[in-house]
Amino acid sequence: MLSLIVFLPIIAGLVILAVPSSQKQIIRIVSLLAALAQGVLAVLIWRQYDPTMAGIVAAPGGSPVGSFQMIERISWISLDLGSFGPLNIEYFLGVDGLSITMVLLTALISIIGVLSSWPIQKQVKGYFILYNLLSTAMMGCFVALDFFLFYVFWELMLLPMYFLIGIWGGPNREYAAIKFFLYTLFGSVFMLLVMIGLYFSVTDPLTGHHTFSLVAMADQANYIKGAILGPDSVTWRYVAFIVLFVGFAIKVPMFPFHTWLPDAHVEAPTPISVILAGVLLKLGTYGMMRINFPLFPEVYQAGLYVIGVFGAINIIYGAFCALAQQDLKKMVAYSSISHMGYVLLGLAAANTEGMIGALYQMFNHGTITAMLFLLVGVIYDRAHSRQIDKFGGLASYMPVYTGIVIVAWFASLGLPGLSGFISEALVFVGAFTAPVTRPIAMVSVLGIVFGAAYLLWSLQRMFLGKRKPDALYDLEVDADGHEHIHFHDWKGKLDLDARELTMLIPLVIIVIALGIYPMPVMGLLTASINKLVQVLAPVAMSAVH
Amino acid sequence: MFEMPSGAEIQSIISTLKGGAGYFIPEIYLSVLFMVLILLDLVTGKKNRGLLATATIAGLLGSVYFIFKQQTMPDVQFFFGMYALDRFGIFFKYFFVASGILAVLTTMVDDQLKKHESGMGEYYALLVAMVVGMMMMASSTDLLMMFLAMELVSLSAYAMTGYLKREPRSSEAALKYLVYGAVSSGMLLYGFSLIYGMTAETNITRISMVLAAHGYDPLVMILTVLLIMAGLGYKMGAVPFHFWSPDVYEGAPTPVTAYLSVASKAAGFAMLMRFFFVAVPHGFDMYVSPLHIDWLSILMLVSAASMIYGNVVAIWQKNVKRLLAYSSIAHAGYLLLGIITMDQLGTQAVLVYLAAYLLMNYGAFYVVILIANHTGSENLDDYKGLGKRMPLLGAALTVFLISLVGLPPTFGFIGKLMIFSALLAKGSLFMWLALIGILTSVISLYYYMLIPLNMYLRESNTPEEGVITTGMGAKIVTASLMILTLWFGLFFQPIANYAKYSTAIFGAFLN
Repeated sequence: MLSLIVFLPIIAGLVILAVPSSQKQIIRIVSLLAALAQGVLAVLIWRQYDPTMAGIVAAPGGSPVGSFQMIERISWISLDLGSFGPLNIEYFLGVDGLSITMVLLTALISIIGVLSSWPIQKQVKGYFILYNLLSTAMMGCFVALDFFLFYVFWELMLLPMYFLIGIWGGPNREYAAIKFFLYTLFGSVFMLLVMIGLYFSVTDPLTGHHTFSLVAMADQANYIKGAILGPDSVTWRYVAFIVLFVGFAIKVPMFPFHTWLPDAHVEAPTPISVILAGVLLKLGTYGMMRINFPLFPEVYQAGLYVIGVFGAINIIYGAFCALAQQDLKKMVAYSSISHMGYVLLGLAAANTEGMIGALYQMFNHGTITAMLFLLVGVIYDRAHSRQIDKFGGLASYMPVYTGIVIVAWFASLGLPGLSGFISEALVFVGAFTAPVTRPIAMVSVLGIVFGAAYLLWSLQRMFLGKRKPDALYDLEVDADGHEHIHFHDWKGKLDLDARELTMLIPLVIIVIALGIYPMPVMGLLTASINKLVQVLAPVAMSAVH
Repeated sequence: MFEMPSGAEIQSIISTLKGGAGYFIPEIYLSVLFMVLILLDLVTGKKNRGLLATATIAGLLGSVYFIFKQQTMPDVQFFFGMYALDRFGIFFKYFFVASGILAVLTTMVDDQLKKHESGMGEYYALLVAMVVGMMMMASSTDLLMMFLAMELVSLSAYAMTGYLKREPRSSEAALKYLVYGAVSSGMLLYGFSLIYGMTAETNITRISMVLAAHGYDPLVMILTVLLIMAGLGYKMGAVPFHFWSPDVYEGAPTPVTAYLSVASKAAGFAMLMRFFFVAVPHGFDMYVSPLHIDWLSILMLVSAASMIYGNVVAIWQKNVKRLLAYSSIAHAGYLLLGIITMDQLGTQAVLVYLAAYLLMNYGAFYVVILIANHTGSENLDDYKGLGKRMPLLGAALTVFLISLVGLPPTFGFIGKLMIFSALLAKGSLFMWLALIGILTSVISLYYYMLIPLNMYLRESNTPEEGVITTGMGAKIVTASLMILTLWFGLFFQPIANYAKYSTAIFGAFLN
């Protein structure tokens, strides 16, 4: 089941390879079918998933796969390394509360991404092959429970993303694409060293051999004394934690490693922005929750304050930057940085509320930001510009569009009744509860104010008020005195068309529904988060040592 | 004083040689092939290119049979301890035959060599001679034999580099190669003679025993090691013995460049491993003096310098062949990392990395040749917009380059993984080298990606022409290399196991 959901897109990619490149419609339909099938599978997995089982780590003396579900585990590579014992790499997939949330999000965003890619005309075949490759890699990252496998999927994302930004992107795409590539690779090569170091430091309790299994690595009892990342090797464990953290923080992106994100977003085509903000950024914080923190809990506990401070910087700095932007897409990109700061703050709280808030915020940010980028794409398609001050009074001409913009904008600033509110509120509850993060939380609250400022201000400037004299659209008054606007060389419908509505309406529904009744998602992750908090708690560690 | 051997002695020498010949069949077979190719060139007419190429490939494939038969033979040293038959040598025999076959395949598609007016007979013959020489470099256990083998390789390589007589660049490259080669051979020989002076032995196993039993003057030993390192470093193309390589790589016919960058480098590594692991296995940690430098420390510096220099200088290259030349200096640095660990895992990693390097570097050069056939140049600027015009070749080249960077899921990643595993298995001892390796591979991403960047992200200066067509054969070769690069990136078990099996002979010498 999990293998299928991971590899469906790549199979679609292979099918597309056989389709002649002139058959653009067939290529699109194959991709859409694959994404839809992935969605169906995600729903099936969701129905089968038992939310009472926690996952995260194997119980002492229990099954080596822990309470993970939908396990697929076969030996992939088994080498004899002489004095180092056998090298075992497993094809090991499974889900717990952390990953199933992200699997659902990924499946949803993948469908939206395909729909949003429909108008792309340039090298359609190449585009969808890369898109499907990216889709497989993302899904694979979220369900892989073997570090090696995770790493393969993680690196596999880079190349398609590079080309998707680099070929189908905006004018400055070369720079943005290579910046993205170098930044992320810089983060992940250190991950490779840590991965190898962990391999030599951890044994599987059942076989006694070294292992890449993340489930085994999450249990501190499995670390060998005297190994490079063993329990007594304090310095190297700190170093390993920090470089892993930086690797994931680049993806989040956390200040000061965030500079690739605005560039990538501004240059990327709309669907790729949606994927980037909707799923890829989550991989950073997911990686922290799955790998970085549980593997080095004592360093995590020592670093809570620092993580919290960086979270606060992200929140406030991101909001300030967003406030200063003229380009709507850049504003949304910085708002992503700001909102991912809430996730970091929740993670720094190290308690159940904060962690649930963080994970729920990851899901909500995925859906809300996807909407924001789709909406930016809508206006860009029509006006070929995203300059905020070049619009004005759009509300009276594009009512449906404006309505959805209002939902998305308010969800993003955390209006009660919409999903973003619940997660941000939980993050703050968590952060205020924990003594370490309390002062940080007080400062971070300001972020909400600034968040409201840039969102409302842009809303006002673009949609309300009167048409600006140098606006990017022309007005025509017909015989009856009605005003009609038209954008230069835009032939389509002025307000949202059917395809755009198909992408946006489900997201609107999700954002509203989860704002009123969050349990469908929150129910999934509670047990796992409880377990995670327990694994990370200082008490659990002292029991081991 | 030299005395005439008696009849009985001559008889015994002859019988020893006869006995040894049984273990020397692949080399004898290939030497015969060398002569057959020259004869074939003489008896057939001018338009014999296809025939010669086919004959060379068939001949090289035939040698696989004889090498395979050696696998069941016990490990022996023969010809008075001058030569060994063992798993390590067999691994490299396969390796060199494979690289020879790939060299013929690349030659067959190269337009420059196709237009070469005075026939290709000597070229293929030299190619086979080089295979024999490299096999001997990997299997020799005697200083004299090592030197002779290396000279055989070098001489063939000089001639092949300058094969395009009308091309000034090619001749210049050959001359440079020859001058540098002569100097480094001289150094190697000087180093060998110093060792002989210290131990009165030429067999590496016995040298090791004498050194262990009687000790040595550390100062002389440092000098010796440096001299030998200079000779071998030249073959491996490692800093600071790399000066020849960018010019030679750029000037030589591209198939020869590929051949030199993979096979001749691997031969240098094979010889380095055998010599240093066996003859001077543990550095000389027992003689600590203020001037104490053991060969491992020197190798560490050479490795670090190669990784940094190769990767950094490659950034500014505008010519793809030069770019790959600098990258090959960097790869020599990565390969040395595996030797520095002085253990089974590191040695195994070196062999795996070499196998990966064979596939990916040959793949990259193969596509570069196919592109040069159409654009007539190897300049990065002329790669603009090629991706659309040659979908398969573009995708394949991207895979090879990604593999050279060391990203999964490619074979190159496995090579790097094993090398870094070997380093980290030693704890934090080699952490600084691992860090240099890791950081320089990020740099390498930048310049390798310049090629896909030009191919895909930029539009051609001359908006013309549709899809570039290549022959079916070329497509099949490219696709197979690409599939193998990806396949071994996911399922590297057989090669890694075979590499381990092949390095077992050093068991006693390594820790």
